[in-house]
Amino acid sequence: MAHVKINGLRKDYGAFAAVRGIDLDIRDGELTVLVGPSGCGKSTLLRTIAGLEEASGGTIEIGGDVVNDVRPRDRDVAMVFQDYALYPHMSVARNIGFGLKARRMPKAEIDGRVDEAARMLGITQLLDRYPRQLSGGQRQRVAIGRAIVRNPRIFLFDEPLSNLDAQLRDEMRGEIKRLHQDLATTMIYVTHDQIEAMTLADRIVLMRDGLIEQQGAPLDLFERPASTFVAGFLGSPRMNFLPGHLVRTASSDAIRLGSSRMPLPAGRKLRDAADGQAVLLGLRPEHLTRAHGAAPQPGHVRHDATIELIQPTGSRSYATFSLAGTAVMAELQAHDVSRPGEHVQIDINMTRASVFDLQTERAL
Amino acid sequence: MSAIRSARRPKGRSLPIGRILLLGFFLVFVLLPLYWMFNTSIKPSDDYLAIPPVWFPAQPTLVHYEAALFAYRGLEGLINSLIISLAATILSALFGTLMAYSLARYNTGGQHLSFWVLSQRFLPPIGIVLPVFLIYRGIGLYDTHAGMIIAYTVFTLPVSVWMMFAYFRQMPKSMEEAALVDGCTRWQAFWSVAMPLAAPGIVAAAVFAFIACWTEFFFALVLTSRSAFTLPTVFRAFIGFQGAQYGEAAALAIVSLVPSIALGVLAQKHLVRGLTLGAVRG
Repeated sequence: MAHVKINGLRKDYGAFAAVRGIDLDIRDGELTVLVGPSGCGKSTLLRTIAGLEEASGGTIEIGGDVVNDVRPRDRDVAMVFQDYALYPHMSVARNIGFGLKARRMPKAEIDGRVDEAARMLGITQLLDRYPRQLSGGQRQRVAIGRAIVRNPRIFLFDEPLSNLDAQLRDEMRGEIKRLHQDLATTMIYVTHDQIEAMTLADRIVLMRDGLIEQQGAPLDLFERPASTFVAGFLGSPRMNFLPGHLVRTASSDAIRLGSSRMPLPAGRKLRDAADGQAVLLGLRPEHLTRAHGAAPQPGHVRHDATIELIQPTGSRSYATFSLAGTAVMAELQAHDVSRPGEHVQIDINMTRASVFDLQTERAL
Repeated sequence: MSAIRSARRPKGRSLPIGRILLLGFFLVFVLLPLYWMFNTSIKPSDDYLAIPPVWFPAQPTLVHYEAALFAYRGLEGLINSLIISLAATILSALFGTLMAYSLARYNTGGQHLSFWVLSQRFLPPIGIVLPVFLIYRGIGLYDTHAGMIIAYTVFTLPVSVWMMFAYFRQMPKSMEEAALVDGCTRWQAFWSVAMPLAAPGIVAAAVFAFIACWTEFFFALVLTSRSAFTLPTVFRAFIGFQGAQYGEAAALAIVSLVPSIALGVLAQKHLVRGLTLGAVRG
C-alpha cells in the first residue's frame, strides 16, 4: 500500500515526446484509470512507473521515496500485461510463485501463498497445467494471481482485458473491481475503453497527446467535461455537438442554433463568454427523449423531428434526426419510434447540456 | 475443400501415379549416391569401376574401413574433428546467444553493429586464411586444437548471432518484462525466462555451426598439419600417385556421416521449431 506522486514526468523517444510533463497524485488505496486514445502516452506512463522505461525528466515517488533510479524488482510493484506474459515453459503454480522464488522465499511459504492466491481467483484446479492449455480468461486469472501473490504496494494493469471476448471482459472487469475492494491496494489501470474506465475507476485520468486532459471522479468527468475531447471520449453513443451562437441577456443565457433558441437554465450563467460568441452545444443522446404531455418539463426544449435512422439495441433505440442542420442521435425507449420518416417531438433536457468555445474547445 | 479434392481424384483411383513417380524419382536422386558410397566402401577394389556396375558385392569386405581409419589416420582425424567441432559449436552458441540477446533487446551498437557482424561472412576465406596462418605461426597456434577451435568459433559466430538475433527479436518482450517486475535481475530474466524460450533457436544455430565446422576443409588444410588435422583433410591422401583409393574414401565418408545424422535425429524436434522461427507463444 502506497501513494504515488508524479512530478513533471517526461518520456522522450528521440525527437518524439510520448509523455510531455505529467503531474499526478494517486492516493493510497485508490483505483486510478489512465484512459485515452491510442498513442496518448498512457501505457508509457504506466511502464515508466513500473521502471520498464526510464523517465526522461521529472520524478516518480512511491510511498514517499523517489524511485527514478530504482530497479523494477525493487519498486515493489506488480504488473498485469495485455498479452498476459505468462511464462510458457512453467506450470501455472510456478508462474504464480516465480516472483517469490526470484526473491528467495522459502518453498513452503511460496506454496502456501500460491494456494491462497489460486483459491481467491478460483484456479486451484489449474495449478498443474501449462499456459498453452488455458483459455484466455484463465490465463488472465493466472496473470492476476502472479500479481496478487506478491502482495505488492501497487498493482499496475496494462490493458488487461483487451484480448478477451466481450462477455468475458465484462466478467473479469467485475472481478478486478471486487479484487480492489477486497485488497484495498493502490491500483493504476490503463485502458482505451471508456466503459472500463467509467465502471472501474475511483478516479479517471484522461490523457491526450502525452498530457492530462482532465482528471476526477468518473461522474465528474462525464457530467462536467472540461473540453469537447473529454465529452466526446466518455459516453456511448457519443455526445452530439451542435455549432451555434451564444445569446446573452441580463436574466439568462441561450444558444441560438439556426432559427431555434435553446435557453440555458436560469441558474447557469456562463463565465468569460461574450454575446454572439461561436460555441458548440453538447447534448448527450440520453438527454433527448420522446415528448410526453402537453408542455415540456421545466428546463426542456421541445423540438419537431423527422427520424432518419433507427438503431435498436433491444433495451433502447438510437434514433438519428436533423437538428438545425446537424445530425444528432437520441437514445430513446425501445418502442418510442418505429420507422424512418416518422414525425415525432423530442424534448431536449437543457439542464444537462454542455457548452464549449468553438475555437478552444474548452467548456464555458 | 474436400469436395474439390474428391472431384479431382475420382473413387477407385486412390493412388496418384504422378505423385508417386515424382516422389520415387526424388528418393532415388537423394539415396542413390548414398547407397553407392556405402556399396563402394564394402566392395573389393576390382569392382570399383567394373562394367556392368556391381550393385551388390558378392564378397563384402571391411578392409577399406580398416585402412582409412588406421593406415591413413582417419580415426585421429575423426577424434580431432569431434573435439574441435564440438568445442567451437559450444563457444559459438554461447557467445552467439549472448551477443544476439544484447543486439535484440538493448539495440547494442545501433543498427550498424548487427549488420557488421553479418558482413564478416562477405569476406572470402582466402583473404583471411593467409594472415591467420602467419599470425598462428607467430603465436604458436598453428596445428593446435586451440587454434582450430578459435578459428571455427569466429568463423561460425556471424551466422549463430544472426539466427539467434532473429529468434530473440520475434520473442515477445513482455515475458522478460514481467520477470523484471516480478523480482528478477536482468541476468535472472535472461537466464530463467529468455533462455528456456530460446532453446529451439539455440539448438538450430548450434546444429548449423556444428555442420559448418564438421565439413570445413579450407581453413583446416592451411592451419593444420600432422597433429590437429581434421577429418576432411584426411581425404586428400586418397588421391595420389597410385590412383584413387575409392573404397577408403567411401568408407571414411560413411564414418563422417554418422555424427551429422546422429545430431540431426537428436535435434530434429528443436530444429524444425527453430527454423520456422515462430510460435513460442504459450
